[in-house]
Amino acid sequence: MNFTLTKEQEMVRNVMREFAVNEVEPIAADVDETGRFPKENVEKMARAHMLGIPFPEEYGGAGGDEVAYAIAVEELSKVCATTGVILSAHTSLGSWPIYKFGTEEQKQKYLVPLAKGEKLGAFGLTEPNAGTDAAGQQTVAVLDGDHYVLNGSKIFITNGGQADTYVIFAMTDRTKGTRGISAFIVEADTPGFSIGKVEDKLGIRGSATTELIFQNCRIPKENLLGEEGKGFKIAMATLDGGRIGIASQALGIAQGALDVTVEYLKERQQFGRPLSKFQGLQWMVADMETEINAARLLVYNAAFNKANGLPYNKEAAMAKLFAANTAMSVTTKCVQLHGGYGYTKDYPVERMMRDAKITEIYEGTSQVQQMVIAANVLR
Amino acid sequence: MKIIVCLKQVPDTNEVKIDPVKGTLIREGVPSIINPDDRNALEEALRIKDENPDTIVTVVSMGPPQADVALKEALAMGADDAILLSDRAFAGSDTWATSTAIAGALKQIGDYDIILCGRQAIDGDTAQVGPQIAEHLGLPQITYVEKLEVKEGKVIARRALEDGYYVVECETPVLLTAIKELNEPRYPSIKGIYKAYREEDRVKVWSANDYDVDRENIGLDGSPTEVSKSFTPAGRDSACEILEGNGKEAARQLVVRLKERKII
Amino acid sequence: MAIKVIKEKCVGCGACVTVCPADAINMIDKKAVITDKCIACGACINKCPVKAIYKESTKNGGVNVDDYRGVWVFAEQREGKTLNVVRELLGEGRKIADELGTELAAVLLGHNMEEEADLLVKYGADRVIYVDDELLDVYTTDGYSKVIFELIEERKPEILLIGATNIGRDLGPKLSAKVHTGLTADCTRLDVDKENRRLMMTRPAFGGNLMATILCPKHRPQMSTVRPGVMEKAKLHEDHEGVVEVVKSDLKAEDIKAKVIEVVKSDKPVVALEEAPIIVSGGRGLGNEEGFKLIEELAEKLGGVVGASRATVDTNWIDHSHQVGQTGKTVRPGLYVACGISGAIQHLAGMQDSKCIVAINKDANAPIFEVADYGIVGDLYEVIPELLKALDNVDDIMEAIKALS
Repeated sequence: MNFTLTKEQEMVRNVMREFAVNEVEPIAADVDETGRFPKENVEKMARAHMLGIPFPEEYGGAGGDEVAYAIAVEELSKVCATTGVILSAHTSLGSWPIYKFGTEEQKQKYLVPLAKGEKLGAFGLTEPNAGTDAAGQQTVAVLDGDHYVLNGSKIFITNGGQADTYVIFAMTDRTKGTRGISAFIVEADTPGFSIGKVEDKLGIRGSATTELIFQNCRIPKENLLGEEGKGFKIAMATLDGGRIGIASQALGIAQGALDVTVEYLKERQQFGRPLSKFQGLQWMVADMETEINAARLLVYNAAFNKANGLPYNKEAAMAKLFAANTAMSVTTKCVQLHGGYGYTKDYPVERMMRDAKITEIYEGTSQVQQMVIAANVLR
Repeated sequence: MKIIVCLKQVPDTNEVKIDPVKGTLIREGVPSIINPDDRNALEEALRIKDENPDTIVTVVSMGPPQADVALKEALAMGADDAILLSDRAFAGSDTWATSTAIAGALKQIGDYDIILCGRQAIDGDTAQVGPQIAEHLGLPQITYVEKLEVKEGKVIARRALEDGYYVVECETPVLLTAIKELNEPRYPSIKGIYKAYREEDRVKVWSANDYDVDRENIGLDGSPTEVSKSFTPAGRDSACEILEGNGKEAARQLVVRLKERKII
Repeated sequence: MAIKVIKEKCVGCGACVTVCPADAINMIDKKAVITDKCIACGACINKCPVKAIYKESTKNGGVNVDDYRGVWVFAEQREGKTLNVVRELLGEGRKIADELGTELAAVLLGHNMEEEADLLVKYGADRVIYVDDELLDVYTTDGYSKVIFELIEERKPEILLIGATNIGRDLGPKLSAKVHTGLTADCTRLDVDKENRRLMMTRPAFGGNLMATILCPKHRPQMSTVRPGVMEKAKLHEDHEGVVEVVKSDLKAEDIKAKVIEVVKSDKPVVALEEAPIIVSGGRGLGNEEGFKLIEELAEKLGGVVGASRATVDTNWIDHSHQVGQTGKTVRPGLYVACGISGAIQHLAGMQDSKCIVAINKDANAPIFEVADYGIVGDLYEVIPELLKALDNVDDIMEAIKALS
């Protein structure tokens, strides 16, 4: 049993923290306020090889590991959950399925630029009538000569409109149910592919969340990812890893909120002494610190398992369930501890509370995580 | 082109706190960092390398074995090789002895066009080691460099003054010291971090036996200066009068106090 | 030179461990053991209740110190005018020379500067060594260090003081390496051990968290760069007598390898922090760059200039020229108003000698209040606008007070 980070992971944390504090935090409030996509920071992250952390160098990656990647998302999310999810969606959802299921040609053509950060990735599974029930896909792909022709639409797609490369799921054989779903790599500038509605959200407001529309969009046959009919399996495997990313984001949000709150408690005076001297508030701090550390252990454990080829389906679900709960409960308490100021935009905790909510919803709601965990336990 | 960058691992003095009871430094939990000015020096070397890819950037540091972390970070930023001068014999060196030890190693490396140092380290703030290395190596120096242009066989540098700057031209080899204004240091790349740790031999450790240096002139005993005593600075004894009330009341009281004391 | 423990005397109380700034003492079997981390500062020696720790001097090399006499100050000039710091060095140098019973000399390098040379005598120099050469008109490291090195070799001064300016800090280390002597940077206090003719040079270390007194026992001259603004300026005495000795140099153009090809004066107004009677400074508590507008407004209203903490300079909210503190400027104005500055020791080091200090900070526990005369605990964005209003109505306020009393 060894709970210490490696030297590499330690340095990754220091670099990510420095980057987050110097580059990300100063614009976080503006990104939230205006809902703009922080493109400049995505470019800076690319230069420092932060967009391909867990992928091997031969595919353009940093040659790092899943734990380092989780740490990166955590550190970014401490100051800006928007930036955290951009990295998570790009890495876990947009790039990983190509790494795991792509052919050598697909990896060279698509994964290398994604892992180098020259291109941004996204993942399109959810549809208006296929959310938690992902099997209800309405988007169809029909083989026509050398091309598949895609028709249909996707919603709530993170990095939509900003990404260059999309992994898209569609029905190739409606009669087979989940075994009729296939995955495709779609380039942003493919004719017939367009961006629809851009969502105006409660939190992670700088993250682009859009509708994707496919109208007779012709995808070359060689862009089929994995085999025909294996799409559902690819989607579920991808989401297992994605949950580690979102769990890291939730962990970061909670830690970030506690950090600013601790500062505030030491500074703010009431009844002639700092709030930090009031025992009732100390108890709240102790509980939050404990919950966050428990979440961290679950998150790193899931990442460690993934990095070391151990099962992580249940671990990722537990990490996301618990970390998302923690993010919501901690940020709510942090707003409370800030009193009236916490409810204003003068302090970042209200943003963190709004950002926290999504972690209980996307990449599988908390209820879905419970289903996954229970299925593992009760099988 | 061959560039050597000298850098130092320092405690982040922004994080150093004083124990209010004992009046001593609390060093626990203070992170070690690459000295800020040295980062600018390294960035400039890497910038030159970006423009002339056949440039080799070697980083050199003197310090305890743990200082290899700073060198790994420098490698992760893009330096080619690193040398750590680490030996008990160096312990307690003042700037003269430090510069003697480093200059000896640079002589051993021998082949260089530009040596870049940070202006000063934040733990000592002396700004002496750079110029002293230059003198030991018989090199010209340009300190406080805020802008640099490298041409065939020479450099043109802007060296900052309090009230303006000099433009200084000098043939290579030359030693330069960098200030914050020179550039914006890049972040170490994540890929670079893994590479630096994977390729273990990229940080070479040299002891005082591994190169030619006069043992009489290094370490505590080779240092011309000695610390005769150290103490925490005395605070002011005047008790602070806290002006009570809301902003307006406090502000008015302050103006009255200042007026009464004829300060305004 | 090393710190040693007399094991028989050591009682294992651990007092030395707590006082050690370098974390260099371990307790092994209830005895203090000094490790390699030791910086020989001697803090433990003073602390030890049973006098079990001592310093053993084993310095290598050195010179016959009795061959060296006289105190020199480097009279830095720019565009033919000596800097203010030269007056400060002369003031301090005069005291040291008198204590040692020796001559005070100013070393002036330049061209066509006879009048300035005469002036240095009136500011207290017994002798001005004036090296007049066209090549010395503008400072170059190579030219100046060669000329002064040769003068030192020939005349053997025991002390050389240099202003810690951007130029002094270039020349000092270069010279000290050439001469093979110690140099203590950025001194804020100089004392003399008369008996051993030693200069005790005190300077801040660890970002101002610690003061260290440095000696240079066996090498000469004892060199020190001195922070501008710290020492008291020498006064002008029309009748002070001294010799101006014009020295010819054998400097050749080819001796100068790093050539100054252009001299540019800054067009932005120089922030004369050291000279300002009132300074209003902003710190991290401003929250952003915009906050300095408010600081500027208050400074203007008070007739002062704007200062800044290191944190704000590091984040590029304001230019380095405004920075007060250990790595910035040392100031001692009549009034120093610290707004949103917590009072890190490196900041305090640069301003705690101000005559009156006002602190405005949200955190009642901020260390700035420990050095302040007047403190206001509150949000500077509420307090400063009120302060501006109060300053506008200062006469009415005073009237009202008078009426009450």
